[in-house]
Amino acid sequence: MGRRTDDEGRPRRRRRTLSGRLVRGIDDRLGAASFTSKVLGKVFPDHFSFLFGEVVLYSFIVLVATGVYLSLFFDPSSHKVLYHGSYVPLQGQSMSAAYASAVDLSFDVRAGLLFRQVHHWAALVFMAAIVAHVARLFFTGAFRKPRDLNWYLGSTLLLLGLANGFAGYSLLDDLLSGTGLRIMWSVILSIPFVGPSLAFFAFGGAFPGEQIISRLFIVHVLIVPAAIAAIIGAHLAIVWRQKHTQFRGPRATEDNVVGSRLWPAYAARSIALLFGVATVLVLLGAFIQINPIWLYGPYDPTAATTAAQPDWYMGWLEGALRLMPPGHAVIFGVTIPNLFFPAVLLPGVSFVLLYAWPVIERRITKDRDCHNLLDRPRDRPWRTGLGAGVFTFYTVLFVAGGNDVLASELGLSVNAMVIALRVILIVLPVLVGLGVWKWCRDLRRADPPPDPETDAALERSDVPVTVGDDTS
Amino acid sequence: MSTDRERTQSSSSIEYFVAGCFGAAIAGAAGFAASYWMDLGIRYEGLSAAVALGALTLGLGVWANTTLERVDVVQEREPLGSTHDERRDVIEGFERGERRMQRRRLLAGMAGSSLVAAALAALFPLRSLGPRPDHELSRTAWRRGTRLVDDDGKPIRPDDLEVGTALTVYPEGVTDPAQRAAAQTVLIDLGAAATAASTRPDWAVDHCIAFSRVCTHAGCPVGVYQPETRQLMCPCHQSLFDVTDGAKPVFGPASRPLPHLPLGVDDDGNLVARGDFGEPVGPGFWNR
Repeated sequence: MGRRTDDEGRPRRRRRTLSGRLVRGIDDRLGAASFTSKVLGKVFPDHFSFLFGEVVLYSFIVLVATGVYLSLFFDPSSHKVLYHGSYVPLQGQSMSAAYASAVDLSFDVRAGLLFRQVHHWAALVFMAAIVAHVARLFFTGAFRKPRDLNWYLGSTLLLLGLANGFAGYSLLDDLLSGTGLRIMWSVILSIPFVGPSLAFFAFGGAFPGEQIISRLFIVHVLIVPAAIAAIIGAHLAIVWRQKHTQFRGPRATEDNVVGSRLWPAYAARSIALLFGVATVLVLLGAFIQINPIWLYGPYDPTAATTAAQPDWYMGWLEGALRLMPPGHAVIFGVTIPNLFFPAVLLPGVSFVLLYAWPVIERRITKDRDCHNLLDRPRDRPWRTGLGAGVFTFYTVLFVAGGNDVLASELGLSVNAMVIALRVILIVLPVLVGLGVWKWCRDLRRADPPPDPETDAALERSDVPVTVGDDTS
Repeated sequence: MSTDRERTQSSSSIEYFVAGCFGAAIAGAAGFAASYWMDLGIRYEGLSAAVALGALTLGLGVWANTTLERVDVVQEREPLGSTHDERRDVIEGFERGERRMQRRRLLAGMAGSSLVAAALAALFPLRSLGPRPDHELSRTAWRRGTRLVDDDGKPIRPDDLEVGTALTVYPEGVTDPAQRAAAQTVLIDLGAAATAASTRPDWAVDHCIAFSRVCTHAGCPVGVYQPETRQLMCPCHQSLFDVTDGAKPVFGPASRPLPHLPLGVDDDGNLVARGDFGEPVGPGFWNR
């Protein structure tokens, strides 16, 4: 096709682009042009491991979108109803309105089952992405000053994610989730002095009570999601202000950012990732069944469950409960039940250490400088070894959460499995930690980190460089 | 000029591909609408939605990585901390408010205390969330003479059970879910030989023995009776209790025996309780 010309053969005036019309329209009203041009030119470094945090954000968006739909049909009530829906095996049974409406969502609300399963899968991916993100930050030293602030916000996000995941699957009042709530009641009860009162306050009386479902609902759909959204917002604002970290590279130094501009390349890639996350979650939700509550039946405090497994992110706590040796403490006449140690003390200590890590490491290394360049894991053998050991510890606990299933798969007795796992829980983290420490030292010897001299030499070489202005 | 033309051509073929992806996304969206409208079920709904979202992913991804800028851009970082003057200005800004006051410490102290008092007062309504634990944790609905009934409310005679079987029983006439949950009891017929060998033969009535069915670890129903070992197992965390040895825990995290329900037989030959459990049932708490 030739050039566009008008009737007299003169080149036609260049068309105004869509962007042009939009920007003029908005700037006439808000005067946002200078701010927006800084935003569009903001540079973000590229590395696959920087995407975990984005996956967290996009899973959260999917969680909100699907959750809003579900909330329009779910009835968070403990009132007993007789089921008359289309799932034949449950017809005529007495159950809570919460469970009945969740079964209705699965069978009698068109597309309801898709939304339910995508919502559940999104929660699993959300938590997995947070854990992957935390691991990336830990092993690369991204939590060091000035980003210790964002480490605290992220740790809170992990805590809130755990709480909301538990609240969410406890709402449905099926046999599995009700058993989980029964255990949670016992965990609260085990806290010295305040436990019994706290448990009665939370449940509005003795277990099961009639309050807990509607209370968990408001926690699950309003209080915690609002807190998560606020924290994600603050987290991103701080990333924006502090600029993203980067790995050392030919041009990447402590004092610059090397990568793509926000617009168009980074934004297009990131929006593609949003749709990519949504695609995967929809495929998981459509084709891999999750939490088929109609098979479990309604909760009945006298019904026993076998081979029950919580969602994966609660697996480490389940495993800790199972591996805890018997016994309880009595101190000055105050009983501290067995349950307190794996279910209250362990997660308490875990989160305190998680929050305190930037401070602890600062004490050890005496390093109080700001860092914008990331460590390669091999460059800090002791930190990487420690992290690998800790990660192994929680993985063994996670495996122990399925010890009965695993024992029957392996043809072992549950008792032998528990004893073996108790030993592995202590021994394996130490071995893995030492092994990784040694491995890092070997790697570093073979491939030492570049020294500043080489950096300067590289910077002097004439690699084509586009320099964006730094005003944002 | 030839390189320019090549670039134009390759970029326009990529643009056609991207446009094709967006077209596929429209088709996927239409497919979702159709599968919803025709009620084709979760597979078709999910597949069509995934086609729409996946085509958008592919289109945007290809667009971003081939036609949009690919060169690395370098941007300088400014130090985060502000200059000395800027910090001083902020401090002075706050001090403007402070200087006007004569008794700064008193005012600041009283203002802080009043906020703390208001926050503490706001905690009081939380008391309405639930009653304080009264006797619910230490007592159950079993009383002297209460008949044992099964799930359907039928009374039980000692010879209703076969040797080596277990039955879940409740106090007769109790319907409240919380009371039933706390009072659930497992009744086991040990048989003559096992009763004689048991360390607590006096607890059994006609070879029948009863224990609380609420696990002393985390409160799950101790739902599995293994007659060959005469052990009760809690399926939640695999604690084992030896029925012939006072239901003491023999494996797993449970640390206390299952409380024992004293049994008797009434004039009609039905099993009755001779009182409540001797101690609180279920998981431990600090002052049990």
